[in-house]
Amino acid sequence: MAGKIRVVVAKPGLDGHDRGAKIIARALRDAGMEVIYTGLHQTPEQIVETVIQEDADAVGISILSGAHMTLVPRIVELLRAEGAEDVAVVVGGTIPTDDIAELKKLGVAEVFTPGAPTSAIVDFLQATLTRESTV
Amino acid sequence: MFGLRIASPAVRFRQTPAVAATEKPQSSAELFTTISGIEVAPVATPETAAIDYERDLGSPGRFPFTRGVYPSMYRGRLWTMRQFAGFGTAEETNERFHYLLEHGQTGLSTAFDMPTLMGYDSDHPRSLGEVGREGVAIDSLADMETLFAGIPLGEVSTSMTINSPAAILLAYYACVGEEQGVPRSELRGTIQTDILKEYIAQKEYIFPPEPSMRLVTDMVEFCTAEMPLWHPISISGYHIREAGSTAAQELAFTLADGFTYVEWALERGLDVDDFAPRLSFFFNAHLDFFEEIAKYRAARRIWATVMRDRYGAKNPRSWLMRFHTQTAGVSLTAQQPEVNIVRTAIEALAAVLGGTQSLHTNSFDEALALPTEDAVRIALRTQQVIAHETGVVNSVDPLGGSYHLEALTNELERQAYDYFDQIERLGGVVAAIKENFFQKEIADASFRYQGEVEAGERVVVGVNRYNLEDEPELEILKIDPALEQKQIDRVQGVRARRDSAAVEAALARLKEDAARDDRNLMHPIVDAARAYVTMGEMCDAFREVWGTWRETPVF
Repeated sequence: MAGKIRVVVAKPGLDGHDRGAKIIARALRDAGMEVIYTGLHQTPEQIVETVIQEDADAVGISILSGAHMTLVPRIVELLRAEGAEDVAVVVGGTIPTDDIAELKKLGVAEVFTPGAPTSAIVDFLQATLTRESTV
Repeated sequence: MFGLRIASPAVRFRQTPAVAATEKPQSSAELFTTISGIEVAPVATPETAAIDYERDLGSPGRFPFTRGVYPSMYRGRLWTMRQFAGFGTAEETNERFHYLLEHGQTGLSTAFDMPTLMGYDSDHPRSLGEVGREGVAIDSLADMETLFAGIPLGEVSTSMTINSPAAILLAYYACVGEEQGVPRSELRGTIQTDILKEYIAQKEYIFPPEPSMRLVTDMVEFCTAEMPLWHPISISGYHIREAGSTAAQELAFTLADGFTYVEWALERGLDVDDFAPRLSFFFNAHLDFFEEIAKYRAARRIWATVMRDRYGAKNPRSWLMRFHTQTAGVSLTAQQPEVNIVRTAIEALAAVLGGTQSLHTNSFDEALALPTEDAVRIALRTQQVIAHETGVVNSVDPLGGSYHLEALTNELERQAYDYFDQIERLGGVVAAIKENFFQKEIADASFRYQGEVEAGERVVVGVNRYNLEDEPELEILKIDPALEQKQIDRVQGVRARRDSAAVEAALARLKEDAARDDRNLMHPIVDAARAYVTMGEMCDAFREVWGTWRETPVF
């Protein structure tokens, strides 16, 4: 892959729990990635616009409000509509097991739940995005 | 405008010697500092804990209240067992309230959903997918009537966790009381209203800080005059800690917020002794047992000292810091969730030994979803075991005088005064918020802690040690997605039925009064509530006049 991996870390919906998003943003930056943090209270439209504008390789969606089954599918759908389905969508938060399967079916690359070490997220993004770029 | 000017009594607080724990076993990388990073002496001694009994501790119920706010504490009366509850529509939550009261709970505590907390009605586009998910959806007085149906408001005390739109929810509650024939002067309870910690940590803000603070001060003034049994602000460290702060930051930022509310009320012309006795606090109970107990003790001592010496409060009730405690949600793990029952019990014990006035114990399944009824019952039973089976209630502040605990109490107090100085140099709490001071301090602390966990320097049982390969699935509470539509239908039904001319008039008055700082907004809000103006409509009126707040994202 040419240059650094670019990741948008996004907080959709009304959820104000930004501890996880900030820790992930720092860990990704420390791992050498280019990180764009959207800040809070973003609509799916705003998030997708940022992803397109920043030409991101991946978007990390942090959500702890329980609204993931509404907001995540909407983001995936909008990315597709923009022709950006190659952007890896990763979700983090309190996501019940049944919903994880559902989200992956929709095209989410991976879901990280509470307790996941930041190293696992870094490794996943590096492996996924490096692999994609060699195809 | 308001700066904290609280001189650090440097002479009084001898710094705890930072004795590094040098005798680490070779095999372990684990730290011997507190969870917040305070160095702890391997053995505390009288030199480590320099205290003068009368000056620094005093008897319980006497200045500076380090040992507790009442002389007999739990012998006189146990703490209030108050489980936070709310999900779906007002109907579902009303059922849960009745369940909790039937099982011996002694006070109610209401959790609202995200749209309510952020001032959107359930049918607003931004509410999509969020209605009733992590609390109850309240759009208008009609929902509030349902929420408290069959619950005599003259007999229970109710806590409501809401901040930006707090004034509106307080007005709805007062109207329900009125309908039940209970005058507002007899209503008992607490509404959180702590907007400063929203900017600092929880991030459920709507308006910019200054009009938000004006609205808070309106509520303080209104309650002082008309709701003397109500606590208009619950100054909260809980969310600061959950966002990743240390114990000292939780203590310092919360107290600094408290002083800021006092200063705004004084600026309004209120007498400190008229409102200060109704200010209350809300702290976290995290896992570091002694650090937490020390935090509560230091908090009481600082508050009493500053209220008396800086703000000139003469009524001893103004010096008392009374507080609610909730065990640390952030300490719960999704892995081996049953272990959370143990964590919560230890945290709750720290809150009790620290002299809390009321307590919420988290349910063990809350790292996964909102709690099931069974999980909530175990959480409540945990408090009942502490209260009735362990004997810890028999003696007030039973750990007082422990060298270790007194040293930690002194150290947390010292760190808090250091922070007060820093905040003052930045121009006070509101100015420091705008500079992202608190947000950065908390982000740094939480990142440091995460690094320690990932390096194995801090063990989290079941997460980075003692893991299970195959974890059994846990039965969790699922919120029926149909509830969102049900709530949307409810609010649209209310809008169709009400007198629209009265609504328009109420909203026009709200906007007019919002634009003028010399008007108290509580009365027009109560009038609007009675006319079934929705919460979202009232917040929109204020958004139009005051604008909205957006923080600069930092990480």
